[in-house]
Amino acid sequence: MEQEKGIITSPGGRSDPWASIVKDGIVKAWPICLGYVPIGLAFGVIAQKAGLGPLEIGMMSVLVFAGSAQFIGVSMLSAGAGFIPIVMTTFMVNLRHLLMSSSLAVYLRGINRGRLSLFAYGVTDESFAMNLTLFRETGWDWRRGLVLNHTANVSWIVSTIAGGYGGQFIPAGAFGIDYALIGMFLCLIVFQLRGMLYVIIAAIAGLLAVVISLVVPGNSYIVIASILSATIGLVMRRAGYFKEEEQAS
Amino acid sequence: MTSEYLAVIVGMGVVTYVPRWFPLVFLTRRRLPLWLVEWLDFIPASILSALVVPYLITTGEPRHLDVLRPELFVAIPTFAFAVKTKSLAATVVVGMFLFWLAGMYLQ
Repeated sequence: MEQEKGIITSPGGRSDPWASIVKDGIVKAWPICLGYVPIGLAFGVIAQKAGLGPLEIGMMSVLVFAGSAQFIGVSMLSAGAGFIPIVMTTFMVNLRHLLMSSSLAVYLRGINRGRLSLFAYGVTDESFAMNLTLFRETGWDWRRGLVLNHTANVSWIVSTIAGGYGGQFIPAGAFGIDYALIGMFLCLIVFQLRGMLYVIIAAIAGLLAVVISLVVPGNSYIVIASILSATIGLVMRRAGYFKEEEQAS
Repeated sequence: MTSEYLAVIVGMGVVTYVPRWFPLVFLTRRRLPLWLVEWLDFIPASILSALVVPYLITTGEPRHLDVLRPELFVAIPTFAFAVKTKSLAATVVVGMFLFWLAGMYLQ
């Protein structure tokens, strides 16, 4: 459906000077960085309280670069979980990036594998939402997108390490920092609600997740509820519910 | 840094990177079946909701319902703010501020 748009890659991006590419990427990354700083600090604080040092925190932020998976990973580590459960949970929590990269691929045709591999590293919920909007609505290109991704990445790494260093000086609950991740997710949910069908599916997912979480121990409720509600969404869409909403969005 | 910890974060990194990388490199050549694209389209809304809602209204181990938590009271105005402004950074700050206020007055 978006196939035709994908033929046009990097409109106007080829001859731009590096300075303007870097500036554009940083300017558009700014709201993401602002969102990452308190979350990164919160993560550093929690990781430090779980017994991780700044180097260990920084290494995780560099290697994983995924907020929610890192929070879950640290809580599982401190609960004594092993390699397989942590890696499996991380995989399932981050499987959503499969869709995000699929959507972004439409705008990244004709770019070589090395550059795409570099770009892939920075695909997060926030960079995806920002880049996709910019690709769709402006002459955004992969170079600017890459700068945006890495600017966000640097702010994440630095703030998680800073949280690890400053952790012992920040009392529990200070500045409402424990709520940063939930605030981010609440806003990201709003970004997903592009029509009544998405509102209904999100509500079903939340309800199913609560019910399953009360019955099944562990974190599996997240993936089970998501798979079930996405399937319900597909069936409802195929059955023709909210068709006008879909086309309007 | 222990080698066990390094193994865990390398493992987490690999399983996080592959889903980000695979579609970018291979989807430029082949297309997913339409039903899969439509199914995947519901995943972000579903997974974010499935992550957040249980956090807001359940607690403890084993989990039980608890709808009288400041997490939920703060989520309602924060969500309304996000709907109104569509601003990630401002929503994060407002949510933190309200949660901090709730911590001061609801204890």
